[in-house]
Amino acid sequence: MGLDSVMKGDKGGQAMLAVLLVVAVVVPILNLVVPESSPWHVSTYTVTLLGKYLTYALLAVAVDLVWGYLGILSLGHAAFFGLGGYAMGMYLMRQIGDRGVYGHPVLPDFMVFLNWSELPWFWHGFDLFWFAALMAILVPGALAFVFGYLAFRSRVTGVYLSIMTQALTYALMLAFFRNEMGFGGNNGLTDFKDILGFDLKSDATRIGLFLASAGALAFGYLACRWIVTSRLGRVAVAIRDAEARTRFIGYRVDRVKLAIFTFSAMLAGVAGALYVPQVGIINPGEFSPLNSIELVIWVAIGGRATLYGAVIGAILVNYGKTYFTGAFPEAWLFALGALFVIVTLFLPKGIAGLVGMIRTWRRSRSASEPHPEVSP
Amino acid sequence: MKAVEQLRESMRKDRQWSFMYSMLDVDLDVSQGVILYLEDVSVSFDGFKAINNLNFYVNAGELRCVIGPNGAGKTTMMDIITGKTRPDTGSAYFGRTIDLLRLSEPEIAALGVGRKFQKPTVFESHSVFENLELAMAGDKRVFPTLFAKLSGEQRDRIHEVLGIIGLQEQTRREAGALSHGQKQWLEIGMLLMQDPHLLLVDEPVAGMTHQEMDRTAELLLSLEGKHSVVVVEHDMDFVRSIAKRVTVLHQGSVLAEGSMDEVQNDPRVVEVYLGE
Ligand SMILES: Nc1ncnc2c1ncn2[C@@H]1O[C@H](COP(=O)(O)OP(=O)(O)OP(=O)(O)O)[C@@H](O)[C@H]1O
Ligand SMILES: [Mg+2]
Repeated sequence: MGLDSVMKGDKGGQAMLAVLLVVAVVVPILNLVVPESSPWHVSTYTVTLLGKYLTYALLAVAVDLVWGYLGILSLGHAAFFGLGGYAMGMYLMRQIGDRGVYGHPVLPDFMVFLNWSELPWFWHGFDLFWFAALMAILVPGALAFVFGYLAFRSRVTGVYLSIMTQALTYALMLAFFRNEMGFGGNNGLTDFKDILGFDLKSDATRIGLFLASAGALAFGYLACRWIVTSRLGRVAVAIRDAEARTRFIGYRVDRVKLAIFTFSAMLAGVAGALYVPQVGIINPGEFSPLNSIELVIWVAIGGRATLYGAVIGAILVNYGKTYFTGAFPEAWLFALGALFVIVTLFLPKGIAGLVGMIRTWRRSRSASEPHPEVSP
Repeated sequence: MKAVEQLRESMRKDRQWSFMYSMLDVDLDVSQGVILYLEDVSVSFDGFKAINNLNFYVNAGELRCVIGPNGAGKTTMMDIITGKTRPDTGSAYFGRTIDLLRLSEPEIAALGVGRKFQKPTVFESHSVFENLELAMAGDKRVFPTLFAKLSGEQRDRIHEVLGIIGLQEQTRREAGALSHGQKQWLEIGMLLMQDPHLLLVDEPVAGMTHQEMDRTAELLLSLEGKHSVVVVEHDMDFVRSIAKRVTVLHQGSVLAEGSMDEVQNDPRVVEVYLGE
């Protein structure tokens, strides 16, 4: 069960992890050591942007695990990401302490503004980092477990399941928009000051968060690889391709789905928890149904059922988004839509599939040409 | 004290779900020589009686053929045995003691009822070897599956089955790339990996060449005695080549039963087939 057996045969993943390692070493050096005047300097803004992309990549890997390998097209994974984000946001809110606008020692600003006199029960414990970190994993996991238990046991599949996941994230969005829910309403949670005592504005903290995101992505990737290379992973693919058959062979399809779906939601929660301190805000917009659809598009563009394709897709599309929303803000959605259509029509296996296509094309070309190196 | 002991027993690591095991561990009782009892079974779909007061028995170790015109209820009968469809009335027993109507599909599969579907379904993106590995009898709960490792013995068993179904050369091939006939054999191999007592085989030679049919006949005949096999088939030449006892199903109940010759000369059977 060593690293090599999990990564065996996964050329794309090996390359991706190698690049990730190089980036994780080089970027901090270029930011902290290289002087700002040098063209090689990487700004802290860029470091944070990269860190954000890495959390998106982890989220995409979580989606690919359930969509690519299990055949569950979840259109609600942003909900798990958002819940993880809110758990972290609650911790960061409580770290503000009396440095808020109203200076209340315990209550976050928005609660003072709403004239609340004490902390709601579900905000207790979030002053502790370990508790918040645990909740960032357990809350999305619990929601996925309950949702999955009901859906998979009643054998809801396909489009109906996708619609239900959309409804789930939509319902959460509406709930979190309400001030009475106690999560800051439509403003969400923001104005964070520090994390574990480190100033969130400092370069070192930013680098730390960036490295944590890179580490989480590597860990999440390896964990998913471990699952898909296990027999359980082969059962998952069997369910994706022939669900009834898998059931007749004696597997509890509902439980397999439930276990992998829940794990995937937990990964999404981790991604959300790392995302929030880097972007500095979490609001109900993160639950928007569109977000969940967008991240399925990342995976489709990168290439389903490869895991590393999800990483490529998430990073490329979000790089494109950053560029486009700066250059022509109105055009972004059209560009994304066009990209999706082009990829589905011409690259059904996404960018990851392109590599395979080029390889077979090369091989067939070199096979039809006489080999110069073959000597008599 | 007894209660404590029972509690301790139920907490044992190796038998976490002892109550479940106790249900599944019940021994198959074929002391009467009969492995499957279907009695007075009826099913209707939207008022249409697909199975109508069906009585059907299979002996242990027997190879039984079931024929009947389209829509006679052959597939539906298999659905009932495997727990996919629940009958409105009647009883279904596996051996003398196991009530199939109280069990779920995976439980029935775990007890040793294997099924081959009318439309061949193998796991197309897995290799032939992996298809057999997944089908192999064993602990199929989530975590044991996650940590499962193939033992030497299990590997040998897979190779043995590869030999029986004649796919040794294709071990590493993707199942999706197999010919139609090869897929059917692979599916039978997947059944064998489950060490089933009873095999239900729905239309195994549909779409096969004559050579493939002959090989399939050999394969099914080689299973007789070790397993009980129920074969549903339309191809009369094929049925003739393997059948000792034949059951004719018509409009959801048994029309005739006997040797192939007896059945073919039965005027009621002739009428049903000519009247089509
Ligand atoms: N789930 C269902 N809902 C409604 N009707 C059904 C269902 N399953 C089977 N039927 C009907 O029950 C009847 C028996 O079907 P069944 O598939 O058992 O026939 P069969 O003997 O296997 O036929 P064939 O030789 O064509 O495979 C058919 O008329 C079929 O349309
Ligand atoms: Mg049928």
